[in-house]
Formats: sequence, structure tokens, C-alpha cells
Amino acid sequence: MTDTIIAITLLWIFVVIYSVAASFDFGAGFWSMIYLNREKTKATQIANRYLSPSWEVVNVFIVLIVVALVTFFPGATYTLASLLLVPGCLVVLLILIRSTFMVFSHLIYKYDKMLSIVSGVTGILVPALLISVLPVTQGGLSRTINGVEYLDWGLFLTSPHVYSFIGLAISSTLYLSSLLLADYSFVAGEKQAFAVYRRDAVLLGPITLLAALVTVLTMQIEAKWLYDRILDYLPWLIASAVCFFISYISLMLPQDRRYFGIHLPRIAVIVATTQYLLASYAYGAARLPYIVYPQVTIESSFTHPDTFHALFICYMVGFAILVPGFIYFWRLFMRDEQYVRQK
Amino acid sequence: MTRAIFGTTMAFHIIFATMGVGLPLMILLVELLFWRTRDRDYEIMAKRWTKAQAILLGVAIPSGTIAGVQLSLLWPGFMEIVGKVISLPFQIEIFAFFVEALFMSIYVYAAHRLSRNMRLLSLFMVLLGATASAILITNVHAFEGTPTGFRMVDGQIVDVDPWKAFFNPSFFVTAGHVTVSAYMTGAFIVAGVAAWKMLRAEKGSRVYLYHQKALLTGLIVGGTFSLLTALNGHESAQLLHKYQPEKLAAAEGLFETQAYAPLAIGGFTDPETKEVKYAIEIPWALSFLAANRFDEVVVGLDDFPKELWPPLYVHTLFNGMVIIGSLLIFVGFIGFAWKKLLKRSQFPRWVLWVFVASGPLALLGIEFGWIFACTGRQPWVVYRVMKTVDAATQAAGISTLFWIFLSVYVFFAIVTLLVFRSYFGRHPLELDPPEQPKVDGGTA
Ligand code: HDD
Ligand code: HEM
Ligand code: HEM
Repeated sequence: MTDTIIAITLLWIFVVIYSVAASFDFGAGFWSMIYLNREKTKATQIANRYLSPSWEVVNVFIVLIVVALVTFFPGATYTLASLLLVPGCLVVLLILIRSTFMVFSHLIYKYDKMLSIVSGVTGILVPALLISVLPVTQGGLSRTINGVEYLDWGLFLTSPHVYSFIGLAISSTLYLSSLLLADYSFVAGEKQAFAVYRRDAVLLGPITLLAALVTVLTMQIEAKWLYDRILDYLPWLIASAVCFFISYISLMLPQDRRYFGIHLPRIAVIVATTQYLLASYAYGAARLPYIVYPQVTIESSFTHPDTFHALFICYMVGFAILVPGFIYFWRLFMRDEQYVRQK
Repeated sequence: MTRAIFGTTMAFHIIFATMGVGLPLMILLVELLFWRTRDRDYEIMAKRWTKAQAILLGVAIPSGTIAGVQLSLLWPGFMEIVGKVISLPFQIEIFAFFVEALFMSIYVYAAHRLSRNMRLLSLFMVLLGATASAILITNVHAFEGTPTGFRMVDGQIVDVDPWKAFFNPSFFVTAGHVTVSAYMTGAFIVAGVAAWKMLRAEKGSRVYLYHQKALLTGLIVGGTFSLLTALNGHESAQLLHKYQPEKLAAAEGLFETQAYAPLAIGGFTDPETKEVKYAIEIPWALSFLAANRFDEVVVGLDDFPKELWPPLYVHTLFNGMVIIGSLLIFVGFIGFAWKKLLKRSQFPRWVLWVFVASGPLALLGIEFGWIFACTGRQPWVVYRVMKTVDAATQAAGISTLFWIFLSVYVFFAIVTLLVFRSYFGRHPLELDPPEQPKVDGGTA
């Protein structure tokens, strides 16, 4: 593997971790808002119990991605900055509103409903806007004036491909998070909350699948080059679809059974995550080597090799030190019965 | 315009970030005090300050995220150098963020399930993470002033040595200055709030005594760190003398290169007459400040072409910071002397008012210091390597964005204040609470 491939692989890993973690995070915020007025089912409490300790950690990942992108591929910043100035600024503003209001809603009882509604809605807009990075960097939506590339808003707002990506992002966020929360409430022994989240997941599953199909179809029209390449990875896509069906079926089965010592809702979460891993591998690999199609590639924008080596060593050392921290965190909040059940 | 956006973002972030670095130190200290003295007041302080920290982080983290993203979006030219040369601190900072975020959640949401040592350890990790993130980001700032570890040849970056860039000459002094000034600010904020509460409490009551304990802790810590800040600030000034002479000259309004240079305090620099109007001059002091000797030759602005001069109002900013610093050393000392040397049990009201002012003053000092450091470097973004104009994005529509961001910041500043008032108003200080600890759930 060359340095550039290692770098883009690392970056890809960060992006995938973030997209799954952020789906859980933003989705949970959304559900916590939806079920605000249904106090009996505890659906909101379950969502909040998951959210409270985790949002800060998830947020660090987006910073990690920006930093990794800029430090590994500094040559791409100029183009990316002018293409993504407005969407990027909007995303961070939404994140500010969302996180702050979420923290505040736990503290201020008088306005907690209003605050959770704002944070739930902005939270779901974040993935919708974030994903627009993908179609924008696939090319075809920009205009060049005086040698500077701009996002062409006319093209952007009328592109079916953009909308199908947005639909995919929102439905996936909700699907993944309802799966996770179903599992979480199952562990917590909250039957009603579990039923609610399972029903949501059952509803959303087919919608996500549909959105994914539409995205591939619109890609054929708007980003033909990528469509042709992604077909080379058809086996991955098929495997991903198979995963979808496995996790969906495991939702349907009677839930008190266990396979391989794991309870079924957990299996659904794990297999669905695998589904997204496979699909994003196919997408990512098909895109290589372009960061922004067609002018910025991973080679043309790569950092200085010495800097890359120093960075790489730091990542390895840093994660080696951090992993125990993550494990400790996970045991305290995801596995600890006392915390999850919380009498 | 790009500068205006980024400047406001930073000015906003820095308020929350600095307190986010300073407050964990205070929380750790009162936890330690609690375990030593077994005085439950300290435990209550730790609890209440942790809530405050949680509110602050709710703003500090997303506003920092904005800062980071904006840095890439608004200054792509600068980020290209950053990416190739000085990316290490940015990257290591991420780990500092992780450490802080992980352990902050653990301390806030699991404190009642932790043993004493784990509690102290997680607080310590929060402090470590916050301090490290401040030090690392400051490293990038230090690099901008004293860039090393690469050469520019025909616009190309060559001979990159990332570790040399990391340990650039002003790293240690600058990072030290930021760290101690943040600790000092956290302490004075605590002291200021406590003094405010004392003014409103009945003299000698339980509540009064509780706040007095907080006040004294804040003053002693704040006083100590303000002394360190000043000592270290002196070193920062000497670094400027060595590496960025025009910045020091602008800070002092010195035009003519001379030995036995005077120090000008106050006043406004007038570029026409080349003097600092209405200022008090202390002969020889600037030479001493710059190199610890009176016959040191200090370079004046006249030695530089006018288009490379930093804006001259930085003199006022610099003065503001130094005056606040000196004042706060004094404030810390009064508090200490009153209690321990004069053995008085109560402060007169006007002294309390002085203490109330110390918190906002410290924050003001931070703002002055940063704006001085950033604008004093102008027109360079990386000193003598890249001009600010060349670093900026070419994208259009920036001014709309500026107004949007500005209004959002103002809005959030107000909302945050309201949240503080509302939360602490609804949870008034309950001394000697029932023994059974409240289980803090996710919705607490
Ligand atoms: C309340 C905060 C505070 C206080 C009381 C002081 N400082 Fe400061 N100063 C800062 C907060 C600060 C800062 C915000 O942390 C800065 C901005 C950039 C930096 O590195 O630290 C800074 C920068 C800064 C610089 C510029 C460094 C550069 O441009 O790279 C100098 C020369 C000094 N300081 C000197 C002093 C002196 C002589 C002080 C005497 C009392 C002093 N500071 C008090
Ligand atoms: C420690 C990290 C910091 C870094 C790496 C940094 C970097 C920069 C950069 C790249 C610019 C744009 C180019 C320029 O105008 O020089 C800038 C400008 C600016 N920064 Fe900083 N900055 C830092 C901290 C701060 C803080 C904490 C403040 C807060 C008060 C601040 C205030 C400003 C202002 C006001 C400008 C606009 C300057 C002008 O245009 O005159 N900076 N900084
Ligand atoms: C000396 C100045 C600064 C100090 C003391 C400081 C300190 C902090 C602290 C304590 C946090 C909270 C960290 C956490 O809990 O995770 C934070 C967040 C952050 N800061 Fe700053 N910061 C400074 C300047 C900057 C600058 C110039 C940038 C941008 C380039 C920046 C980018 C960030 C980011 C991206 C976050 C969010 C991290 C997260 O997601 O957790 N900071 N900062």
C-alpha cells in the first residue's frame, strides 16, 4: 500500500465510524423529541439515557474528520473550501444549535419541550446537509469563475441526485437509531419503549432500501462515471443488501430467542451496521482516487511524506492510548445494567 | 470580511474555552479539599461547578467545532501550510478532545458509581485534556509567529521537518502563558461569582460562609496564577523582541530604534507625529522589559516599511492586558492578606465589589491578549511567509455569513446567560443536603 492509500483508508474509517455513530446520535435526539408527550412508554428517557453521555464523544469525530482531511490532503482544501463554504457553515451552525439546546433542555424544565423540539429538528437536518458533500464532490454541480470553483446553487437545488442522497441520509439515520434504541430498551427491560422502536424500525427499513435504490439510479444520470465504477463493486452491494434482509428478518422473529448467545435485537444492530460498512466500502472504493471529481485526486493533494509519517505514528500511539478509555466508557454506559436500567 | 467572521468566532469560542480550561482545575481542587477536610461545602461546590462546566461545554464544544471548520473553509491557503508542516498539534489535539469528552461524561453521569480515586482520576483527565487542547492549539498560533521546520522556495514548501515546526521557538513560553492565564481566569470567575453571592447573602450566615470559602479558594489560586502569568508574559515580550520586533514596537508605540528605550503606558499611538499621545513614559523600562538590561537596543517601527506595520491600536490592547494582569495580582493579594495577615473575618462591601469585577476583567484580559496577538501579527498570517490576504478563501457571499454568525453568537451568549440564571435560580444552594445522593439520570 502506498502512503496515499493508507491515508485515504484511515480517513474512510473515520468517516464510516462517524456516520454510524452520528446516525445513532442524531436519530436518538430525533426520537427523544417525537416521543416527548408519551411519558408512559419511557421512549424519550431511553433515548436521552443513551444520548447524554455520548454526544460529546461523537462530536469529536467530526473534528477528527476535518483535521484528518486537511492534514492528509492539504492540497484539497482550496477547492473544498470554496465549494463547501455555505453548506459547511450551515452544518456547523446547526450542530451548535442542536448540541447547545440539547444540553440546555436537560437543565431547564420550563422550556424543555421547546428546546428538545429545536434540537431534534436541527439534529435531523445535520445529516441531511452533511451528506450533500458527496454529490457536490462527485462533480457536475459547480461553476468556475475567474479560476475559482463555486457551488452552483441552481444545479444543486434542482438535482434529483442530491435529494435522493438527502432522503437516504435521513431514512438511514432514523432506521439505524431506531434499531439501536430498540436494542437499548430491550436490555433495559422497557417493553413498551422496545415495541415502539421496533415498530419504527420495521416501518423505516423498506424506506431506506428504496432510498438507496433511487440514489443509485439517479447516480446513473448525474454521475455516470461513478455509476460505471460502482458496478464493478456489485458483489459488495449485493452482500450489503443481504445484510439488510438478515437484520430485517431478525426484527420480525420472536424477540426473546438468542443466537450465538446474543439476543436478537443486538444481532439486528450489528448486521445493519455491517450492511452500511459494505455499502460505504463499495462507494468509497469506486470513488478513488478522486476527492473532488475531476480535478482533485488523493495524489495531487497529498501532504508532505515526512509529515504524513509523523502523523501516522501519532495516530497509532494516540489510539493505542485511547482505546482503553473507550472500552471503559462503553462498559459504564452501554453495558452497565445499573445505568441502562436505572431504577 | 473573512477576518471579521473568524475573529468573532474565535472571540466567542475563547470565552467558553478559557473557562472550560480553568474551571476543571478549580473543581479538582475543591474535590481534593473535600477529601482532605471532609467539609461537605467543598463537595457541594464541586457538584455545582460541574453543572456550570457542563453548560459551558455545551457551547464550547460546538463553537470550537465551528472554529475548526471555519479555519479550513476561510483560510485554505493557510491550511495548506498547516497541513504540510504544522499538522501534528491539530492532530494530537483531537486526542486531547477525546480524553476530555470521555472523562467529562464519566465524571458527570457516573460520579455516584465511581470510587473516590476514579473520581479524582477522571477529573484529572478532564483537566489534562482541556489543558492539552489549549496548549496544542496555541502551538499552531506560536508557529504562526515563529515559523520553523520548512522553507518556501518559489511558492513551494520544501525541507519539511514536522517536529521542528512543532517545537518552534515560542512554543513553550506561549503555551505556558495561555495555560496559566486560563487557570487564573477560571479562578477569578469563581471568586467573582462567590463575591457577588456574598453581597446578596446575610453577613455571617451559613450561605455567606460557604461562598466565602469559594471566594478564598478562587482568590488564592487566581492570585498565584496571575503572578505566574505576569512573569511568563514578561518572557513572551522578550520573545517578541527577539523574533517579531515590529510587533513589540507597535505594542509600545516605539518608532525610533534606540537603546534605553522608554515604556509608554496608556495613550494612543499617532502615526503622524510618531509619538504616543497622552501616555505616561517610564524611561529605560522598555529596554529592560525586552532583554533585562537598560542599554538594550529596541527596534522601532521606522526600521520597517509602513505597509508591514501592524495596526497601531494594538498598543491599547497590550496595555489593557498588562494593566489587568497587574491589577489582578494585587486583587489576589488583598484577599489573601485580609484573611490571613490581618485576620479579619469579613470583607467590606466595596472590596467585595472589586472581587466581583475580577472575573469579567480576567476574561477581558484574555480577549485583549488574543486580539493583540492576532492583529499584532498582521499583515502576516504566517510571519514573513504568507500574507493574510493570500490565505483567505476566494468564495463569495462572505458578508451574509458574517451577519448570520454574529447574530447566532449574540443569541447564544444571551441564551447561555439565561440558562445559568434559570438553572441556578431553580436549584438554590442547599447546604447540608440529605445524605442519600441523588441518582443523576440522563435527564438530570
Ligand atoms: C487575563 C489574561 C492575561 C494577562 C493578565 C496577561 N496576559 Fe499576556 N496574553 C494573554 C493573556 C493574558 C493571552 C490571551 O493568553 C495571550 C494571547 C496570545 C497568547 O499566546 O496569549 C497573551 C499574549 C501575550 C503576548 C503576545 C505573545 C505573542 O504575540 O505571541 C505578550 C508579549 C504578553 N501576553 C505579555 C504579557 C505581559 C507582560 C503581561 C503582564 C502582566 C500579560 N501578558 C498579562
Ligand atoms: C490559538 C489559536 C489561534 C489560531 C491558530 C489563530 C489563527 C488565526 C488566523 C489564521 C487568522 C486569520 C489571519 C489573520 O488575520 O491573521 C486569525 C485572525 C484573527 N484571530 Fe486568531 N487565532 C487563534 C486564536 C485567536 C483567539 C483566541 C482570538 C480571540 C479573541 C483570535 C482573534 C482573532 C482576530 C480578531 C483575528 C482577525 C485579525 C485581523 O484581521 O486583524 N484568534 N487568527
Ligand atoms: C487558546 C485558545 C483555545 C483554547 C484554550 C481552546 C480550548 C478548548 C477547549 C477546552 C475545548 C473543549 C474540548 C472538549 O471538551 O472536547 C475546545 C473545543 C474545541 N476547540 Fe478550542 N480552544 C482554543 C482555540 C481554538 C482554535 C483556534 C480552534 C480552531 C482552529 C479551536 C478548535 C476547537 C474545536 C474544533 C473544539 C471542539 C472539540 C470537540 O468537538 O470536542 N480551538 N477548545
